[in-house]
Amino acid sequence: MPLDLLDPPADTSTDSEYLYTLNFGPQHPATHTTLRLILTLDGETIVKAQPDIGYLHSGFEKLGEDLDYNQYVTVVDRMNYISPLANEIAWMTAVEKLLGLEITPRCKYLRTILAELARISDHLLAVGASALDLGGLTAFLYAFNEREGIYDIIESASGQRFHPSYVRVGGMMNDITDDVVDKVRAFVPKFQKAHADIARLLNRNKIFLDRIQGVGVLSREEAINRSVTGPVARASGVVRDLRKDEPYLAYPDLQDSFKVVASKGGDCLARYLVRMGEMAESMKIIAAAVENIPSGPVNVDVEGKISIPDKTATYRSIEGLIQHFELFMWNRRWETPVNEVYGANETANGELGFYVVADGSGKPWRARTRPPSFIHFSLFPMLMEGHQISDVPAVLGSLNIIAAELDR
Amino acid sequence: MSSAVKNLQTIFGDVIVASEFRDNKRATVPADKVHEALTYLKEQCGFDMLCDLAGIDYLGYPDATDRYAVVYSLTNTATGDRVFVKTFVNDPDPELPTVYDLWKGADWMEREVFDLYGVRFAGHPDLRRILMPEAFEGHPLRKDYPLRGYGERHNLPVITRAES
Repeated sequence: MPLDLLDPPADTSTDSEYLYTLNFGPQHPATHTTLRLILTLDGETIVKAQPDIGYLHSGFEKLGEDLDYNQYVTVVDRMNYISPLANEIAWMTAVEKLLGLEITPRCKYLRTILAELARISDHLLAVGASALDLGGLTAFLYAFNEREGIYDIIESASGQRFHPSYVRVGGMMNDITDDVVDKVRAFVPKFQKAHADIARLLNRNKIFLDRIQGVGVLSREEAINRSVTGPVARASGVVRDLRKDEPYLAYPDLQDSFKVVASKGGDCLARYLVRMGEMAESMKIIAAAVENIPSGPVNVDVEGKISIPDKTATYRSIEGLIQHFELFMWNRRWETPVNEVYGANETANGELGFYVVADGSGKPWRARTRPPSFIHFSLFPMLMEGHQISDVPAVLGSLNIIAAELDR
Repeated sequence: MSSAVKNLQTIFGDVIVASEFRDNKRATVPADKVHEALTYLKEQCGFDMLCDLAGIDYLGYPDATDRYAVVYSLTNTATGDRVFVKTFVNDPDPELPTVYDLWKGADWMEREVFDLYGVRFAGHPDLRRILMPEAFEGHPLRKDYPLRGYGERHNLPVITRAES
């Protein structure tokens, strides 16, 4: 007669005992910037990913309430420091919308060219660095070589490589020289070759594709529901691009020269391909715009008391000097409407918008940023669930999180 | 005035104040109606994306009657229309219903407004500070919070090598 089985011992262990926690960051080579992930792991599978942000929070929006519309340009520069000019142009789009200001045609074209160069620069980093994280050093070097060319153009135009602070209310700090136009013209064919090289290195690279194909899939419905914009949304099939949908600057004239690149995949591969496609389209915009830069002044008329007079006028005429003082004295500056406005641009990472509340003085009452990185990083826990720990750099790279913009 | 704002007015009546500035079409909705109004805009008018959620402090603003405002920027991804829904809340208990149930994108944006302004969102699944550290006191983007802070940075405890 078989022995009666004893009651089996109660299983007191829960699932959570098999799991362990891994801190990814704040300092980790694959995060590129300062952000921290708390990963709950089952073996190498991620059960839960919890981002912990705020390490680079430096109160940009609070500073914006203390600096005037021109001074804040220098702070906006440092948000997405991969494409600073695009941030400046987006900020000025909101400010000039608030002032009801129509900038000159020449300025529109210059800003368009610079914004597109910034987009290429940002996408090159996103593509290059994500390849680097997945083991492809060569593509990274090709990408950064081209970024140097862009920095060179920006330096020729503004005098500063990295944080140019080039844009001003009603125009630019100074007009460009013919040298810049020549450099942009020379950059176009050179970049097209490098773009083709990067594509040849990565597009059919088995190791690269295996790491990004089917990883971090974002569906179209989720993308819309979670406020995703830019290349990440377009890779999920949300065909929305402010350059086409709400054309600003010189884009109304350049509608025929570019297409919106989109994909239905929604994974890291789709995001990579959309970024590569957008670079090629940006190149077409630049090639078309640089041949059509209108002549004329780059700043709006000084009579309007909005743009800073040039140095010759400041030093040699009484009107110029007064105008200069009017815009720089802390109790003068601009007369703004007591109202608020939202202005947005399509930057490399997505819709970068500014909600500006003005109280009539020269400083914004509130300068709210709509930061694409912040919104895209909130997707991360959802995208990571059930993936391997080695997929973390792939997804992080494809979302192109810039921590300075994330934390502001 | 956009048709969506006009529809809101016919449903909710005169409590909705419509305004327009440049190309921004705005509707000011009282706090107790805001969730209902946003649900209507999402389900009936096709505003499927919460583009932005901004907090504003109007302490000392010219002609302001209310203290805090939250602005919901909605986008219709099919047509490209935008509408801005603004609502006011006041001290001592600034609280709004969450819109996380409508748009999951509101998750971090509401946490940010809570962190920097202290406006609570009832029903939010995980309303914690996001940018400031957990132990931080105060809400830095409020207008009565000084630009240089209350000396948090200067009064940080110094840890010696022996203690660490």
